[in-house]
Amino acid sequence: MNADARADETQAHVRYVLRLADTSLILGQRLGEWIGHAPALEEDLGLANLALDLIGQARLLLSYAGELEGRGRDEDALAFLREAPQFLSVTLAEQPNGDFAHTITRQWLLDAWQLEMYQALAGCADPRLAAIAAKALKETRYHYRFSSGWLVRLGDGTPESRRRAQAAVDELWRFTHELFSPDETDERMRATGIAPDLAALEPSWSRRVDEDLRVATLTRPAAQPYAWHGKRGVHTEHLSHLLTEMQHLQRTYPGASW
Amino acid sequence: MYTQALDSPGKDPVAATGEAAERFQARVDADEKIEPKDWMPEAYRQTLIRQISQHAHSEIVGMLPEGNWITRAPSLRRKAVLIAKVQDEGGHGMYLYSAAETLGVSRAQMVEQLLSGAAKYSSIFNYPTLTWADVGAIGWLVDGAAIMNQVPICRCSYGPYARAMVRICREESFHQRQGFEIMMTLARGGAAQKAMAQDALDRWWWPSVMMFGPSDADSKHTAQSMRWKIKRFSNDELRQKFIDVTVPQAHFLGLTLPDAHLRLDEVSGHYEIGPIDWSEFHAVLKGNGPCNRERLEARRAAHAAGEWVREAAAAHARKLEDRAATAQHQERGSP
Amino acid sequence: MSGDWPLYEVFVRSRGGLEHRHVGSLHAADSRMAIEHARDVYTRRQEGVSLWVVPSTLIVASDPAEADALFEPARDKIYRHPTFYVIPDEVKNL
Repeated sequence: MNADARADETQAHVRYVLRLADTSLILGQRLGEWIGHAPALEEDLGLANLALDLIGQARLLLSYAGELEGRGRDEDALAFLREAPQFLSVTLAEQPNGDFAHTITRQWLLDAWQLEMYQALAGCADPRLAAIAAKALKETRYHYRFSSGWLVRLGDGTPESRRRAQAAVDELWRFTHELFSPDETDERMRATGIAPDLAALEPSWSRRVDEDLRVATLTRPAAQPYAWHGKRGVHTEHLSHLLTEMQHLQRTYPGASW
Repeated sequence: MYTQALDSPGKDPVAATGEAAERFQARVDADEKIEPKDWMPEAYRQTLIRQISQHAHSEIVGMLPEGNWITRAPSLRRKAVLIAKVQDEGGHGMYLYSAAETLGVSRAQMVEQLLSGAAKYSSIFNYPTLTWADVGAIGWLVDGAAIMNQVPICRCSYGPYARAMVRICREESFHQRQGFEIMMTLARGGAAQKAMAQDALDRWWWPSVMMFGPSDADSKHTAQSMRWKIKRFSNDELRQKFIDVTVPQAHFLGLTLPDAHLRLDEVSGHYEIGPIDWSEFHAVLKGNGPCNRERLEARRAAHAAGEWVREAAAAHARKLEDRAATAQHQERGSP
Repeated sequence: MSGDWPLYEVFVRSRGGLEHRHVGSLHAADSRMAIEHARDVYTRRQEGVSLWVVPSTLIVASDPAEADALFEPARDKIYRHPTFYVIPDEVKNL
């Protein structure tokens, strides 16, 4: 492999790890908005636990991405000093909290996706990434238990909660296509034995999601083919607002320690 | 975190008389713990319900000022620590609601009292968090004052309250340290950061000093609460202890306390502070502080927005029970 | 329709080999949620390896007014304790 090819591969590797890192970070940041405002005190604690796990995953993954990149950027440089187009999180993660049904639905769709991803990555050819995935997998199993439980309560609860849950599923479904659409980065990492075949993970995710929808008495929306590309840095308008808030202090006081 | 003047406002507790009351007082005097189903004077029960629920409300409302900075925490480490801390406060509110529930009041009743404005919570949380340094100042000063208040309650005569406090004090040990660490980082940072730290100290010092409640001379419930061992030290004793440990910490940070009269009394070894502006304390207590309306409004909004969620979960639980009952019925009915 | 969730008592086994101990209570709509809440509220610092949750209404407690009748009679049965018996020091393994 010549130097250019090696640089390309490193870049793809960094981008791949950043996708995982940013997805956890952005989702954790969104959950952080709930704390103190949840529907019940016990749920404040539950959502905070999810947020803490996700931010913990983001820190491990960002640090690793920074090391792979080799330009001296640590977890905070990557989290607080990149612009929206440099964030490679999937588009679903940045969607606003909305009502509790939206938050739960977003969480549940991503938990089910992270379950597949981390399960596959836990045995991948990159030992560092495999170790992070193995740890994250345990956390994600609980996240999925939490979110799927709530999806069922909301779907099979009152007429109002069912209406809200179905509205959330209808609204967010269009972002799920991105989760299983491989691009050149995914393919390249797959060739090195690091990334799983995204398309091959879809049936298992689909079965799980369908079963939850059935128990929750909710309907799976029709496929909506518009292709979102958050993982390539093309986001919805929501992300830059989220970053403006999250990065406020680091941007205002360049170079300061906190 | 918590509290001041948790013995206010309310009716004066009337000491119970009679043989049962004497036996009760003898148990308290012998440092026995009172447990939920034990006989207790009605005034003791009411005082505890008021104090524990106000304490719980303080934890819950106390999530808001710091929660205000979760999305803007300046590093991922600080973000994780802040989420964990605000989460702890929610947990502490829960432990305390649980303790109060053993006295025959329900969580729903207590929440209703908070949202209607009938129940008080610590006034300190009616101050705004204007900069990141306020998160440091709250941890250092407000949690520091709270620890002074709370440690003695671990030995309170009412078992469930004492046990909840033991758990809370154990968990809170990191809260004050993380606050001081934030202040220390700012004080050693750039000029703007140091100014931020000083500004936060300027705004939080006096409200923290006032967290211990009115002077003993003006505190109407102290004597009875001390006899019942619900309270173990007077407001002024705890306040002095707080000042004595905190002033040297401020000096270490290189920050100035906003009190021109502050001096160390060489003879007693205690710091003397200038006069406390109690008119501000009472204004905030009466609901006219800078954030009283916002804090209650935030709690009401969360409660109202969560109503359909709580109902959905309750409705789903009823469906599960009905289905289980039907399944059992069919099983019995089948040959 | 009421959205008030029932009260559950929480018991935590702090590590293998120890009994479950009562640690407090919480509100939950159903038993699955009660386990999740117990986990999120009472085991944030690795306090446990196993949880029990019990609807509070199912707990039957003794009445403190009966404490004398229930527990006093055991008091004079001191012969149930090994220290009741005087054995010379030189006798070992007893």
